[in-house]
Amino acid sequence: MAQRTVTVAAEVGLHARPAALFVQAAAKSAGDVTVAKGDGEPVNAKSILAVLGLDVRHGQEITVTGDDEAVLDALVDLAGAAEPTGA
Amino acid sequence: MAARDATDLRGTPVSPGIGYGPVVTLAAAVPVPAEGERHAGDAEAEIVRAAGALDATATTLEARGARAGETAAEVLSAQAMMARDPSLADDVAARVRSGTSAPRAVYDAFGMYRDLLAGAGGYLAARVADLDDVRDRTIAHLLGLPMPGVPEDVAEPFVLAARDLAPADTALLDPGTVLAFVTEQGGPTSHTAIIARSMGVPAVVGCPGAAGLVPGTNVLVNGGTGRVLADPGADEVERARAAERARIAAVTAVTGPGRTADGCAVPLLANVGGPKDVPMAVEHGAEGVGLYRTEFLFLDRADAPSEDEQVAAYAEVLNAFPGGKVVVRTLDAGADKPLAFLPPPDDEPNPALGVRGARMLERHPDVRDGQLRALARAAEGAAARLAVMAPMITDAAEGRRFVEACRTAGLTGDAGVMVEVPAAALRAGDLAAEVDFFSLGTNDLTQYACAADRELGALNAFQDPWRPAVLDLVALTAAGAGGKDCGVCGEAAADPALACVLVGLGVTTLSMSAPALPLVRLALSRHTYDQCVRAAAAARAATTPDAARAAARTELPELDEVGL
Repeated sequence: MAQRTVTVAAEVGLHARPAALFVQAAAKSAGDVTVAKGDGEPVNAKSILAVLGLDVRHGQEITVTGDDEAVLDALVDLAGAAEPTGA
Repeated sequence: MAARDATDLRGTPVSPGIGYGPVVTLAAAVPVPAEGERHAGDAEAEIVRAAGALDATATTLEARGARAGETAAEVLSAQAMMARDPSLADDVAARVRSGTSAPRAVYDAFGMYRDLLAGAGGYLAARVADLDDVRDRTIAHLLGLPMPGVPEDVAEPFVLAARDLAPADTALLDPGTVLAFVTEQGGPTSHTAIIARSMGVPAVVGCPGAAGLVPGTNVLVNGGTGRVLADPGADEVERARAAERARIAAVTAVTGPGRTADGCAVPLLANVGGPKDVPMAVEHGAEGVGLYRTEFLFLDRADAPSEDEQVAAYAEVLNAFPGGKVVVRTLDAGADKPLAFLPPPDDEPNPALGVRGARMLERHPDVRDGQLRALARAAEGAAARLAVMAPMITDAAEGRRFVEACRTAGLTGDAGVMVEVPAAALRAGDLAAEVDFFSLGTNDLTQYACAADRELGALNAFQDPWRPAVLDLVALTAAGAGGKDCGVCGEAAADPALACVLVGLGVTTLSMSAPALPLVRLALSRHTYDQCVRAAAAARAATTPDAARAAARTELPELDEVGL
């Protein structure tokens, strides 16, 4: 299992479009991917409802955990970007 | 031959024009599956059924998203993701395995996330309605019921009939496909009325029997008189259309600045909700903006927008009206427009009577001053004159503090206040000593004068700006202004007859949804200032809204002549 921690840079936090892009990126992993806010309980990163439910705001830290390092890197890039990019 | 269904309904006309075509009705709400409802025993088959319904819901939402505009597409694609949520699917399956029926399992599984989002407040709480819609669609699939809301994929233009319409019902409507709105509930300031006027679609609200119109029946809707006729004869339709053509000809014949028949100037301004509304305002000949609602910049986000972002949005509207006036209302947050970064200090059992508008911004001076600074920057070198006003002002001290904040922020133009609290109207003279102008918000003024929540259908009868008590408050405010500008920016200004009455009460400018501007321009151009004064006196002498309306119209004889 690999793990990454990143500060959410988007103005709107991990809500709205950034949350959708994040979940879509997590879904590319074949195995489980989780995301936790701060020291909180990890939730399924492929679940939009669980990710929204974390209520991650701009400037807060999240930790992503999973087997697929490429996916984790993509998630870190997305969460660390001020402006969401990609489809 | 079957008997003809000659239903002849009457309601309140709120958006003029003639609409004729087949009725489409808004499907009823999806029922809540009974608590503890069990399936027949084959859990795996029931899980497949639930998964199929979720998948079908997601597919429909994705297809609609592909056809919708950018903002709606984002909402729809987020909803589709909710329907495809793996954690939700697991939860539904677990509930079905323990014996719960698929519809109830879906209801309960969504319920868990619903509580999570609602509890978070702000942006997430606003997503609850989206989540409920996904849930209801999925349950409708499972129960074989029609989808809630406006039917999709209707081939030809239609008349939309409903008990009432919510913002979510109308967000995706294509103005090209809706011929008219007819609703059983609602008054002149209901959501249906406002959306119909902004779309320029005829509408009749408060029309008993509207929800019972048979889908597919051709109906003739007259948004000028309030008559809704099912299965009319061809001659009837032609007569209504001829009258409508005459009305349009009369309306388009009058152009230029607003003035009475004897040349008394009454600037006609537009209410706008952002730069997107400017083209329509210009097209309808607005002389400026009387109400620029700035909430669109602040909604659905976790933090206040930056000053730079605000400057751009304000400057865009200011530059659209060279030489004109643009009145910007500072953020009206709270009550029905909660913002994540401006939480109410306590639970509010009556949010309309709570911490909203200027009351909210006084608690968050950083947000207020940031907006005022952005406005001051936007005004520098702008083509239009900027005026700024605060909503929900109650007394002179509040008015003075707002004006001081404007000056500190570097605003040199007029600083005024909305008059929508009866206390402010009653002591308008005190306020006039502190501020540069008034703008009457007749929707809220009526709600507060009658102690009747404007969102409550059961109290619609109170939400009528023709109430003599409301007209009295308008007259008091205009008199208290003592020569300073006193405009109206509520929906009352969009009613051609009432617009004349308001001028007669002493109101100096009228601001409204853009499509109403030509109608009000025409009504004013056909009557003298003295006629307006007499109509106002006649309306105030009445004791009911209907009597006030009728009395005013007898003093404004040209309205009938031109079909207003």
